[in-house]
Amino acid sequence: MDPSKSQLMQYVPVLMLAVVAVLFSAGTLAASSLLGKRARRSAVKDTAYECGMLPVGEGNTRLSIKFYLVAMLFILFDIEVVFLYPWAVNFKGMIREQPGLIFGSMAGFMVVLFIGYIYALKKGAFDWKQ
Amino acid sequence: MQACLFYLFAALTLLCGVLVIANPFTRNPVTSAMFLVLTIVSLAGLFVLLHAFFLAAVQILVYAGAVMVLFLFVIMLLDLKEEERRKIKAGAGVLGLAAAGGIALLMIAVIRQSNAGVGLKPASAEGSTLDLGKRLFTDYALPFELISLVLLVAMIGTVLLSKKDLK
Repeated sequence: MDPSKSQLMQYVPVLMLAVVAVLFSAGTLAASSLLGKRARRSAVKDTAYECGMLPVGEGNTRLSIKFYLVAMLFILFDIEVVFLYPWAVNFKGMIREQPGLIFGSMAGFMVVLFIGYIYALKKGAFDWKQ
Repeated sequence: MQACLFYLFAALTLLCGVLVIANPFTRNPVTSAMFLVLTIVSLAGLFVLLHAFFLAAVQILVYAGAVMVLFLFVIMLLDLKEEERRKIKAGAGVLGLAAAGGIALLMIAVIRQSNAGVGLKPASAEGSTLDLGKRLFTDYALPFELISLVLLVAMIGTVLLSKKDLK
């Protein structure tokens, strides 16, 4: 069998999982709307049942800017980690032929980002209470 | 089978992409964000079909995971009710469509002229991550280092903007 085919075949379970997920969610929605009885809705029936606060006011409250800062820093370090995957895969093969290149490139990359990390730390970006 | 999947994912990408910006049922930005997730995931499916397994995994990890979380946070930072009330003016709609059409024509022309993909074979069957990394750390070592600078600028900018009011 063609090796490129076999590597694609490894993704068939992923596809099957996606199909099952879609079918299950669509199936439960369809089943509940087909089998369930249509309830008569009224203002009283739509209130929170037995316990819980009565819903008053806006549904979506505005978040603090602090969440944005944390999410953004998370993405930036996430991207940094993404570059570590191909580096780690290549490290063993390249360390013999071009040790300076494979080591230096990632060291330079990390140093620059470490400066950013120190900056964020000093500015208190990870300090939630500030 | 592969051609079928290609058309399925391509159609899903286009359909969900349209639903992100022009959903006829709702103007809720969170719904748009969820359709953007679907667009990204179907793009990852296309990447898998092109044997770009690493790109597909990164697409899901970074875009569907991290970037979408950021989008949702930004959506929740805004006042959604005001956005939903906003009417799109007819003139702005026509101008927007014209601009989008122009950009689309330009991109189609450039892609047709560039002969992209002519004579290219799919990446070698084994270890496309390996090949990608090898190119990245040898031929493209300088752009790789520059990425770290871009990330640094983004990091400093974010901290500066959101911590401005404090000291």
